[in-house]
Amino acid sequence: MHSPTNIETSWPDRIYAHFRRVGIRQVGYVPDAGHSRLIALCRDDPQIADVVLTTEEEGVGLVAGAALGGQRAALLMQSSGVGNCINMFTLLRNCGFGCVVLVTMRGEFGEFNPWQVPMGAITQDVLRLSGFLTYRIETADAVDEIVGAGCEMAFSGVQVAILLSQRLIGPKQWTK
Amino acid sequence: MLNRRRFVQQLLIDRGDLLVIPGLGSATYDVAAAGDHPLNFYLWGAMGGTAMIGLGLALARPDRRVVAIPGDGDMLMGLGSLATIGVKQPKNLAIVVLDNAHYGETGMQPSHTAAGADFVAMALACRFREARAVTRIEEAAGVRKLLHAGEGPILVNAKIKPEDVPHVLPLRDGHAIKQRFIAAMNSA
Repeated sequence: MHSPTNIETSWPDRIYAHFRRVGIRQVGYVPDAGHSRLIALCRDDPQIADVVLTTEEEGVGLVAGAALGGQRAALLMQSSGVGNCINMFTLLRNCGFGCVVLVTMRGEFGEFNPWQVPMGAITQDVLRLSGFLTYRIETADAVDEIVGAGCEMAFSGVQVAILLSQRLIGPKQWTK
Repeated sequence: MLNRRRFVQQLLIDRGDLLVIPGLGSATYDVAAAGDHPLNFYLWGAMGGTAMIGLGLALARPDRRVVAIPGDGDMLMGLGSLATIGVKQPKNLAIVVLDNAHYGETGMQPSHTAAGADFVAMALACRFREARAVTRIEEAAGVRKLLHAGEGPILVNAKIKPEDVPHVLPLRDGHAIKQRFIAAMNSA
């Protein structure tokens, strides 16, 4: 398995460092293997309220409420979760709530489960049509720059989605 | 059963710096009818999200009291958020469901609560600190006390009559509603 200090697997730590840098205080997520290290880092941080959601669209409401109260929030979800959010995303556009969403991709490079493919194939377009600026990260060395810029833009009132490619995350392991 | 306008009006008497998030449709009209206020974050969409907006706000402002006021259809669409709120246990959050057991905006079709779905039981099962149903206007004062001083998370299922009342339409521009709310909250 990977070592947590390996450049290929330490990208969640760099995302977390940007969360700290820009002062993110609430993180909503539906548990996801690709985000597991970032979720653990957020859960261990007393400055961040980690909010485990039953469905991703709850997170959109959370972000709006946090922003009303003067706090910055981020959402972590898998590509399938993007499809769950479409109508709720309109809340962000209607009121101008900035938001950063980090999306771990399924249904692409190396995917074992074909049922993940239809949503994975439209995830970026769905986000774009929903009003998000979208950035895609293919390699770990791009994480720092893109997440850094994305967080800055998000909290100027823009909706930003950053897609973490399956090639970056590594395919889900299907060993028994 | 309650007259929705009278109940909401009594709920918001002497509201002080209470932060109020009414759900889309009649809940927004009822809260507007009780008197426009900059600390109302009126929703005109985002059905199912009212309680979660309340949670995000309650977590961000633990020094303030927050009440989310969805209709029964809105709450039904966001039932999972009861479980999510139960995990976080926000002491300063209350949800008051205006439950007429019907989808009033769309032709008064019966909702799931008409068939017995019970928000009080659901909230207690999700570890809410306090959950009660109210049916009489005399109970409004007790609910008001709960909103200002009760330990949350709290859910009140307000059983209201399924009646048509005149629409009272507040501000619709989401950006304006947000800016006004934030400015008032920061100055209060």
